Amino acid sequence: MTHQEALYSYCLRLGDNALIQSYRLSEWCSNAPLLEEDLALTNFALDMTGRAQALLTYAGQVDGSGRTDDELAYRRSERKFRNNLMLELPNGDFAFTIARLLLNATYEYYFFTELRKSADETLSAVAAKTLKEVKYHMTHATDWTLRLGDGTNESHRRMQAAIDALWMYTGEMFETDEADALLQDKNVAVDMAPVQASWKAYIENVLKEATLTMPADGYMQTGGRKGVHTEHLGHILSEMQYLQRAYPEATW
Amino acid sequence: MELLEKTDKIHEELLKNFEEKINRGDAIEPKDKMPDAYRKHLMRQMSQHAHSEVIGMQPEGNWITRAPSLRAKQILLAKIQDEGGHGLYLYSAAETLGISRDEMISQLHSGKAKYSNIFNYPALTWADIGAIGWLVDGAAIVNQVSLQRTSYGPYSRAMVRICKEESFHQRQGYEIMAKMMKGTKDQQEMAQDAMNRWWWPSLMMFGPHDSESPHTGDAVKWKIKRHSNDELRQKFIDKTVQQAEVIGLTIPDKDLKWNEAAGRYDHGAIDWNEFYRVIGGNGPCNKQRMAHHIKVHEEGVWVREAAEAYRVKKEKQLLHS
Repeated sequence: MTHQEALYSYCLRLGDNALIQSYRLSEWCSNAPLLEEDLALTNFALDMTGRAQALLTYAGQVDGSGRTDDELAYRRSERKFRNNLMLELPNGDFAFTIARLLLNATYEYYFFTELRKSADETLSAVAAKTLKEVKYHMTHATDWTLRLGDGTNESHRRMQAAIDALWMYTGEMFETDEADALLQDKNVAVDMAPVQASWKAYIENVLKEATLTMPADGYMQTGGRKGVHTEHLGHILSEMQYLQRAYPEATW
Repeated sequence: MELLEKTDKIHEELLKNFEEKINRGDAIEPKDKMPDAYRKHLMRQMSQHAHSEVIGMQPEGNWITRAPSLRAKQILLAKIQDEGGHGLYLYSAAETLGISRDEMISQLHSGKAKYSNIFNYPALTWADIGAIGWLVDGAAIVNQVSLQRTSYGPYSRAMVRICKEESFHQRQGYEIMAKMMKGTKDQQEMAQDAMNRWWWPSLMMFGPHDSESPHTGDAVKWKIKRHSNDELRQKFIDKTVQQAEVIGLTIPDKDLKWNEAAGRYDHGAIDWNEFYRVIGGNGPCNKQRMAHHIKVHEEGVWVREAAEAYRVKKEKQLLHS
């Protein structure tokens, strides 16, 4: 693996995480339990679409293929996507969406805090911008986790079920492969061990305060890095890519 | 008896103040005395306006996941958020009249409160997102610009704010249409088809002809309404026809022609039967829009209950600490 290939893979992974998460959050438009929440969740989706744009544009440059952000987002098929599986799971109820946002935004907060120190100037700049946004996502998810965990019996039950169901997808966030190792040597990629430790400490605290139980680590799902996804990703792509695929000659 | 006479007199005096204020062109503020009919008229109009912003999120939200580029998705997401924000802002402004958001929502669900009829039409293709921004928001702006000078202070201030964002929406819609008209044959057909379907409903947004409009009389006297339905509709037609020509779209009205003497376009007859049929509940999406709003509202009950339970719990803890 060359440095270029490793960097492409790294950018794609981050870009796809933002893209797919933004897709799921945007599905809450006119579906949220409060108008305020409708606005908050789609606003996060907007942040993430911007992040996907920056990272996929950079991936296309690094790759040397000259592919644009849109070409990478709208013309790649299932096996070429590199996002974490957790992000493509259907939204479920509001508790599930909040639980996922908590787990992922906390991860992103610690991850981008580190990536800001990257030797790669583009990644470092994207990280600085993302960090401002992610702080807000994390706070929002934390507030709701407390309300739902420590609200009514029903909200507690739903929140616990969501955390339990999502737990087996959390291991993938901290996986590293050849690309990570190569880029870490050059101070481009993030060392995941301290990110994982900070993540775990924060999540443990929030769950405790929310009167929720942190699940024990069992088998962790994996596959996103190799493009082996859940069945849900195909449905996302068939909807998201529909116009670009149906009218390949058109520009929009 | 004396006391009654006295309160009657105060009442009269306050109403005289109201009329003087209106005549001077001053704004009426929430704490000012106002006739019940004025208050009721505004509650009806402002809640309808707020509901329209919120229901309007449905046809547009329907296309977010299918937006054809990352840029298009960002713009659409931002636009729908603006609409939701307008809804929130207008609900708050309406609350100054003494009605809660919950009450307004239950009036919407019971059918007592309405929302703009235009959202009972479906957004079928991506070009419809262009047509909604350009024509529907374009028509709304004409109305809202006029409402910036409406007599009720909170409503007028809301309109000033909202108009700034709406003009961005209209440009966004027009840009989609312009791009498609410069694009492939499929795209051009899609754009013209959207134009054909949205043109007449957009003209209907201004309401019945002045001679038929049931609410106009008092609203004009109280300066809630500053221009008539027909005046506003004409303004919209005159600016839109030229915009359509520039990008090569045809207005689906064979009777449309420039009237040199009057300095405006004359248009063909509006199908008011369709207007009253759709308002009466038999449009393509009336049932779908309302069923969706009710379903989401009901599905959210447990979330709102949890938030309230948590708030009460925390308040109690604060008191005991």
